Amino acid sequence: MTTVRIRVPSTVKQGELFEIRTLIQHPMESGQRVDDNGRPVPRKILRRFVCTYNGVEVIAADWHPAVASNPYLAFFARAGESGSIEFAWTDDDGTLTRETATIQVT
Amino acid sequence: MILFRLSHGLVAALVLLTTGVAQGDDRRPPRSGLEFVAPGLRQLQEDEFANPGMLWVMRGNQLWREPAGAANKSCADCHGKEAPENAGAAAGYPRFDAARGRPVNLESRINLCRTEEMRAPPLAYESEPLLALTAYFRHAARSQSMVADDSGAMTAVVARGRQVFEQRRGAFDLACRHCHELNVGKSLREERISEGQSNGFPTYRVSWQTLVSLHRRFQACDTAVSAEPLALGHDDYVALEAYLARRGTGLAIETPAVRR
Repeated sequence: MTTVRIRVPSTVKQGELFEIRTLIQHPMESGQRVDDNGRPVPRKILRRFVCTYNGVEVIAADWHPAVASNPYLAFFARAGESGSIEFAWTDDDGTLTRETATIQVT
Repeated sequence: MILFRLSHGLVAALVLLTTGVAQGDDRRPPRSGLEFVAPGLRQLQEDEFANPGMLWVMRGNQLWREPAGAANKSCADCHGKEAPENAGAAAGYPRFDAARGRPVNLESRINLCRTEEMRAPPLAYESEPLLALTAYFRHAARSQSMVADDSGAMTAVVARGRQVFEQRRGAFDLACRHCHELNVGKSLREERISEGQSNGFPTYRVSWQTLVSLHRRFQACDTAVSAEPLALGHDDYVALEAYLARRGTGLAIETPAVRR
């Protein structure tokens, strides 16, 4: 079970820049460590993060093993129309974690 | 003039002596570990959103409402929809449980509720759900002062905790107090030694990249002085927890704190 935190302002003025903050719980196991018995711990990281605003990509990022666990990401978008902002994280094992936020543009 | 200087010096020496005595006294105001951390970590802790420990607090909030066990009850069924109603309670553990004749910390209190009221299996110490619930309760008590019950049957528990705190151990032959009382504020590798207060637990440790309970922190300290760590939930760790609560009385609860 993945816990996700998203912070998007509920209302924002047309044309204004606003900040989006995200935090997701994930071990980001690098695949370079060994367990207590010397066996390698298989890699398990979030490989890709995509944020779209009314279907238009705002940011897309490929993540690599050096990204810390529980990754935090903050970025800016410009307010266009009211609608939804969607977030998607893709895991190494293909699991997709999705989250949606709504925004009101005035 | 000489006499004046002499008496002046004497006064200074006396002042030094009394402050020295005051510092050895455990009634001086305690200082939170937050005062000893690097500015970046302090910022991360104080940012309600970015603080990674909040992920566990959120999970704890979900678990609070989730029914479990044969009785199909959730915490909320007995204790109300929102934990803050009981928030004060989390600040006052460990307490003495008269029915069981032993001190009970927050972790074991949660498990007693699970086994007795919810008829569910107890959560393993340091498991994600137990950490989440503990963090949730302590976070609900945030900004409240640490309180400690050291009356009645708890007197002996706190006294035992103090013994544990002062007991030399391990190949390094160090007690808790050698770092956390006698060398507070000095550097240990790249860190400043804190007073070892418990007001921020469970704490998010950046180097371990997870939330850790107070007892796991005790184990790490024991390992660091090359002593055999005790089991999580061990009587001596509970006693030490009670002593730390007594020692940190008055400090504001900061759960989830962020440490290196």
